Amino acid sequence: MPPPLLELRAGSRTYPGARALREVDFDLRPGEVHALLGENGAGKSTLIRLLTGMERSDAGGSLLVDGAVVAEPTPRLMNAMGIAAVYQNPTLFDELSVMENLCIGEGGPLVSWRKRRAEARSRLARVGVELDLDRPVRHLRMAEKQAIEIARALGQRARALILDEPTASLAQNEAGRLLDLVESLRAAGTGILYISHRLEEVMRIADRFTVLRDGVRVGTHARGSVDRAGLLRMMAGRDLAELFPKEKVPIGEVALETRGLGCESGGVSGVSLTVRRGEILGIGGLVGSGRTELARILFGLTPADSGEIRIGGKPVAIRSVGDAMARGLAYVPEDRKAHGVIAELPVWENVTLAALRRLCGNWPDEPREEALAAGLAAELGVRAPSLHAATSTLSGGNQQKVALARWIATGPSVLILDEPTQGIDVGAKAEIHRLMGALARRGLAIILISSELAELLALADRIAVMRRGRLAGILPAAEAGREELLRLALGEERS
Amino acid sequence: MRAARRELALVAAIAVVGLLPLFGVPGFYRAGNLRNLAIDNLPVLVAGIGMTVVIISAEIDISIGSLFAVCGALSGLAAKAGWPMPLVALATLAAGAVIGAANGLLVARARVPAIIATLATMAILRNAIIRATGGAWIQDLPAGFQWFGLPQAVAQPVYLGAAAALFLAAAWALRHTAAGRSFYAVGCDHEAARRIGLAPGRVVLAAFTIMGALAGAAALLNFTRYPTIETNAGVGLELQVIAAVVVGGAAVTGGRGTLLGTLLGVILLGMIGTVFTFLHVNPAWGKAIQGAIILAAVVSDTAFGKRERDD
Repeated sequence: MPPPLLELRAGSRTYPGARALREVDFDLRPGEVHALLGENGAGKSTLIRLLTGMERSDAGGSLLVDGAVVAEPTPRLMNAMGIAAVYQNPTLFDELSVMENLCIGEGGPLVSWRKRRAEARSRLARVGVELDLDRPVRHLRMAEKQAIEIARALGQRARALILDEPTASLAQNEAGRLLDLVESLRAAGTGILYISHRLEEVMRIADRFTVLRDGVRVGTHARGSVDRAGLLRMMAGRDLAELFPKEKVPIGEVALETRGLGCESGGVSGVSLTVRRGEILGIGGLVGSGRTELARILFGLTPADSGEIRIGGKPVAIRSVGDAMARGLAYVPEDRKAHGVIAELPVWENVTLAALRRLCGNWPDEPREEALAAGLAAELGVRAPSLHAATSTLSGGNQQKVALARWIATGPSVLILDEPTQGIDVGAKAEIHRLMGALARRGLAIILISSELAELLALADRIAVMRRGRLAGILPAAEAGREELLRLALGEERS
Repeated sequence: MRAARRELALVAAIAVVGLLPLFGVPGFYRAGNLRNLAIDNLPVLVAGIGMTVVIISAEIDISIGSLFAVCGALSGLAAKAGWPMPLVALATLAAGAVIGAANGLLVARARVPAIIATLATMAILRNAIIRATGGAWIQDLPAGFQWFGLPQAVAQPVYLGAAAALFLAAAWALRHTAAGRSFYAVGCDHEAARRIGLAPGRVVLAAFTIMGALAGAAALLNFTRYPTIETNAGVGLELQVIAAVVVGGAAVTGGRGTLLGTLLGVILLGMIGTVFTFLHVNPAWGKAIQGAIILAAVVSDTAFGKRERDD
């Protein structure tokens, strides 16, 4: 048997505080579709980054093309060897024409537009799309941009094509055409690594399946040797031990209720749910399923255009963050570095930032601010050299505590936490879990958005699962199983 | 036709402005006046070529007015030191390129935002001339300096021809070479450019270096017209040039712009001032109309952009 087109042996990758991939073996043969499956955070993206040369494996791992080790992989080198990738977010040149995007960076120092036009036309024909070649791509739809990306990758005579969620932004009929295209490429001998959350698609086209979980390869199976339920079971796995379940606290009256809440630009519609005092409502679902968008609607960042929000039983209008804060809402955002804390400011200023007006009116009162910050930092166990240290000098976990302290300082009645433990170490994670329990006992209603099923199952009282901007279902955590949650998130019927 | 819409609008605007002097203002269309108008605007056009490259790359250079004056002063000093004129010209271009490259390094390597980096060099260069010359004009230039020693009647067409050749070569290179297209790619998106194997830092450095050399060329075309060199020249040149480029359709967000557009922008903005003078209108109105045209150009960009995206 000839060697695989592309192979990773014992690929590992460690980021500060987390091992994203542990000794994973993966290979891709010519003329096959090899599906890569796993939950959010299972290590799929990291694996792709190793395969395309964007990152290198830790010591002990190696990357092979046609059976020969690639000593120093770079994106350019891998590309030259015929490994092409199309990413979830198009990386096209918005201002440039369709024609130029299709051929950019190819050919010699001189550009022949006549040749490019012919080349572009034939590449578009291969993916079965008709477009005005002179139109700037910024005017195109997502599906059209995706087609251009694939056509461009193909044009580089790719022998191996990595498709990362190629249908995520496509409508059903367009997705069908993309699958036809993948099949015709396979027939032409291209090896395709296919990543998708749509199990139906994957079952239709894949010849082999590799499942990753928590950075480890759970298994690789050929078509026919595994069924849908088996794949789900492999993806779901068991709970990890490092979690600190919520203690039982009395659940009070309804703190916040939504009825048919939606926002077209955010892609969220018809969300009806309630969260009670003392309760932790988990929100699960895939990345891009509308979880963060829902939080942004509740917090007035992208105000709702349909449905209503009720607080304390009365409908309220939340048109801005100011409205949301006045109603006792607080939101600790997902991207800690970009939105959670201002890294250059000292710890104490970060803590008091959102509560300034409440605390001191129009005139800042530094001693009061510092007293408040000191109190909260002690309560949350923020480990900092001093309250005057720049927040950027703290570890990720401690920065997250600062972000949390900022919103606790506003005295909220509903606290929305978006991926509060993403990318922080196990110790800090446990502390944040403990803290959430303590806040719930105080009577706060907490909405916990998390990609980690184990975290939702351990902490939440009930779990709401989002899928494509809608609520796919709400389950009491005690009754929910991982497979059932995954099934809701992926849109699979009970089998 | 889509791409040419801006150019057509500019041609129409130029025609309208060009019609005004026909109503009772004799003299505007005399050959001599048109030639002077063209010669006066050559430095703006030549600097505009460089600025188009910089703006396509999603950068900006506001130091060129000062750089222009520095290059002019250096050319005068070199000529007075007895250097032959071809050497003076080469040295002036090289000086511009080196200072432009310094701007480029500040932006590409030190990652200083272009507007801040070139604001700093603008002030430093302007101050350096005042220190070096005490603010005095450079006089007693050798006879060969003015018009490169040619008779004016010969030199003017030569200057026009040189600028035209430069313009055509640049327009061709920007459209038909991979290097020219790399400015567009980098101006669109650094990350996407990196993925196709470009080095955005180097492309940005090249854009600023070209800008510097062309500021030097603009200085040569300007200062060799006179027997003395005004060391306080070029104040506000950067705004004039950026205005022409933006009116010509280049997007300050990068990735979009043509040299034909820049040429039309230079012609339109250059004509307005002179036409108003001929019409005996207060020159302040000329400035106001120029401002209105710049606004119209930018607003029409965003409006058109929106409409096309929504369709």
